[in-house]
Amino acid sequence: MNSLPILLPVALSFLILVMPSRIRYCYSLALTVFIMLVTGIPAAWELFHPSGPVLVYHPGNGLGFIAITIDSLSAFFILVTNLTVFTGMLYSNGYLRPYRHTKSPAQLALHNFSFVWLYISMLGVLMLRDGFAFLIAWELMAVSSFMLILFEAEKRATLKIAVTYLIQMHVGLVLLVIAFLLCEAETGAMDFDALQGYFSNHPNRLLFFIFFAGFAIKAGFIPLHTWLPDAHPAAPSHVSAVMSGVMIKMGIYGIVRVLTYVQSDFFTIGMTILILSSLTGLLGVMMAIVQHDLKKLLAYHSIENIGIIGIGIGIGTLGIGLNNNFLIILGFTGGLLHILNHALFKPLLFFTAGSGFQAYHTRNLEHLGGVIRKMPQTAGLFLLGALSISGLPPFNGFVSEFLIYAGLVHGLSAGNVYQSIAFILVLVSLALIGGLAIFCFAKAFGVVFLGTNRNAPKHEISEAAAGMLIPQYLIAFLILLIGLAPMVFIAPVAGVIAAHFHAPSAPVVPDLIPVFKQTGIVGLLLFLITGFILFLRHRLLRNRPKKYAPTWGCGYVDTSPVQQYTGTSFAANFGELAQPVLRQKEDFKPIADSEIFPEKRSYAIHPVDIFRQGINKSIDFCMMGLKKIARLQTGDIQHYVLYAFVFILIIFALLYLKII
Amino acid sequence: MGFFLAIVTALFFPGVILRVKSVASGRKGPGVMQPWYNIWVLLQKGSVISSTTSYVFRIAPAIYLSTILIVLLLVPFPGSPALFGFNGDFVLFAYLLALGKFFFIIGALDTGSSFEGMGANREALYSMLAEPAFFILFGTLALFTGHTSMAQIFGAFHFQGYNLFILGFIAVYLLVQIAMIENSRMPVDDAKTHLELTMVHEVMILDHSGFDLALIQIGTALKFAVYGGLISNFLLPEAYPFAVRVALYFLVQLFFAMLIGFLESFRARKKLAKNPQFIFTLSSIALIAFILVLLLAHKMIG
Repeated sequence: MNSLPILLPVALSFLILVMPSRIRYCYSLALTVFIMLVTGIPAAWELFHPSGPVLVYHPGNGLGFIAITIDSLSAFFILVTNLTVFTGMLYSNGYLRPYRHTKSPAQLALHNFSFVWLYISMLGVLMLRDGFAFLIAWELMAVSSFMLILFEAEKRATLKIAVTYLIQMHVGLVLLVIAFLLCEAETGAMDFDALQGYFSNHPNRLLFFIFFAGFAIKAGFIPLHTWLPDAHPAAPSHVSAVMSGVMIKMGIYGIVRVLTYVQSDFFTIGMTILILSSLTGLLGVMMAIVQHDLKKLLAYHSIENIGIIGIGIGIGTLGIGLNNNFLIILGFTGGLLHILNHALFKPLLFFTAGSGFQAYHTRNLEHLGGVIRKMPQTAGLFLLGALSISGLPPFNGFVSEFLIYAGLVHGLSAGNVYQSIAFILVLVSLALIGGLAIFCFAKAFGVVFLGTNRNAPKHEISEAAAGMLIPQYLIAFLILLIGLAPMVFIAPVAGVIAAHFHAPSAPVVPDLIPVFKQTGIVGLLLFLITGFILFLRHRLLRNRPKKYAPTWGCGYVDTSPVQQYTGTSFAANFGELAQPVLRQKEDFKPIADSEIFPEKRSYAIHPVDIFRQGINKSIDFCMMGLKKIARLQTGDIQHYVLYAFVFILIIFALLYLKII
Repeated sequence: MGFFLAIVTALFFPGVILRVKSVASGRKGPGVMQPWYNIWVLLQKGSVISSTTSYVFRIAPAIYLSTILIVLLLVPFPGSPALFGFNGDFVLFAYLLALGKFFFIIGALDTGSSFEGMGANREALYSMLAEPAFFILFGTLALFTGHTSMAQIFGAFHFQGYNLFILGFIAVYLLVQIAMIENSRMPVDDAKTHLELTMVHEVMILDHSGFDLALIQIGTALKFAVYGGLISNFLLPEAYPFAVRVALYFLVQLFFAMLIGFLESFRARKKLAKNPQFIFTLSSIALIAFILVLLLAHKMIG
């Protein structure tokens, strides 16, 4: 097939840089829609014909010189990417409006350009099979998202965060390069399809885990997640939405893609993924609870959700090892569907957080409160996002978590005793993750949106602009649709899995139909009964005395907003329970005995990520060693000549001793 | 079927608990229907609403009640399936209760009161900690019986020989404790305490009045019936004729209510800081049961 329509946007994207600022946004939006159509239509076709031929745009036709391939697995990810980037693009116009006065047109143009290029590079990652081309797309993705994080580069902190991000992404890249080179050294070809040959006659573990480590840095598996909680808050909200919604899922895509070629060692691989994912999920949500920054809290929830997705993938991998259809279909489908779900509710949460930030100029939970009365629609949308990310019925998060639960319960009796114990422990983790997510979002929603404002802003606050709300309502609609009619989405995803892992979906998927029919009815019933009670309440209370009075202060009068329960106090008792994992740093000077009249003091508490601490410590340790070695670098030419001489002597000695 | 019986049970449940408690403490006590009379009075009343609150506060009690009503539709009556029943329905059961609780919590936070925030926080923490125990219990039962829907689990449960006595005992014990935690009852919370600082459930409804308060109280009464219904499923064999089963069902519920009354009368409330340990203990007991079932399934040896 001709690859011209796919390659055309690459050329067209450069025009963004020269567009006059009046029509630049419209042009970028039009370009995004154009890319959506040229990739979305073949992807949709492929998704609904998973066992049909794979679409290949051969090199040589049109302008292309690299094969572009869309199979059903990439098709699923392409559609998710299209959706999230589209809503992000719609939202960005309103979000960037205040920056028009503070940023130069060139900066805004560069931002728009990077945003479109992040999109193009993600599609490249999904559609390129050739190792070299894939790595280039992967690198472009890192660079364009680096540019996007740098949007507020005038802040020193942002600069530092962006550079850290870039460095960590390159550690990942190096791992992927090593993995591809290993494959090339053995098979002579450097692309994904060559992995088939490699895996069929080499040990699978080593190469898979190198790939896994490279992809896991992008996805944010603990302990490789340390870039993530900083990068998301530093970036503008639509960028955080796209990064969290789809960019980190490229890591998952890579893992699943490599898994489709793996031939053996399924138990080791599956068990490792399962355990690592449970820890990622648990630690992610635990660290989310103690955050004060709303976007940082959401970023830690991305880590949690990567954990849930990973649990699904781990179940599926064990299923391949056990040759158990139920586990394969339930696990992978649950994991993949959770990718879609997370790509819906997480952008929604980031959008609402962004609108709140735009209105209040702060993301600190302890300075907010009562936002619901100024921004009722944003609050409602955040609530919807919070309900679905907590996996509560009848919203979309429940559907994918239910599939994963079903897989786990099924797995209890599927394998040997160690697998049973692993499955029950993962089941407990998943239940705890669910409970903790509810705890965390009750805190986040309660502290930010409910009650009264703790730090009343001086300026007028109004609801977010309609242009920013429209993409959010679009997402809200999809969340409800997946929640109430999940089979429409499960069937195609299960088809993808069936085609890629050679597991017939026949007994599993039909079994799910009555299940989700009933959960759908339960969901509708929930709305109906609630509606009925509210209607009753409205009718009955219409003619009755109704009084508004201040909140009952338990006998205390004249309470002030700062006496409300804060996010910190809400998290305090949990923080104590989870002491070994959750460290908090206190900024407080204790009162000395000699201080008779204590001076004015402040108290601040900061959550500490122990993994980052660990990484920092090990880097410091390496730096110390390097500094000692740096003494060799004297700057005297005589010394360097001496080094060269010693080096040659050593080589001679080694050659003489036949060591090299 | 189970739905209507549970509604009937819920009518008497709070009254029986109250009566047992007052008799145990040497008082005569109110009539069995007194709690429902109070609810009836509340339903007639107007309301005082905190001016701090938003629409969340108004919809929260309605959602709380409707989740519990739907959960009732999921609980099978011994020998006859519930209206909704499918593989893995216990997940929906737990998550629906969690949904109601989530709204209950944010409803309390909506008032902006530090006391209600405190209660909301404790409620969220305790129910989060209790969740694993429930899931391990049902995971164990699924492994034990080979089924994953509640109706089938209970159906197969009674054909497992003598092993079921020990597992049944653990299951009933766990369910009673979970019910006490979920309803904020004695070992974790004292419904009769007089200091807001030490309350969990009661402090969260300080600002609810009239109709909304009635909805919450109905919900609480029904929640007891839900757990009573689950427990009766463990204890009642399906083989008995229908009338006997109904009679036994009420008997089990009555025992459950009296048990709660007695437990509340003769048990002291734990220190709030000790509660998480207590709840973790339940999860450990459930895990022991799981290992036990693994042993029984001869998987350890074979």
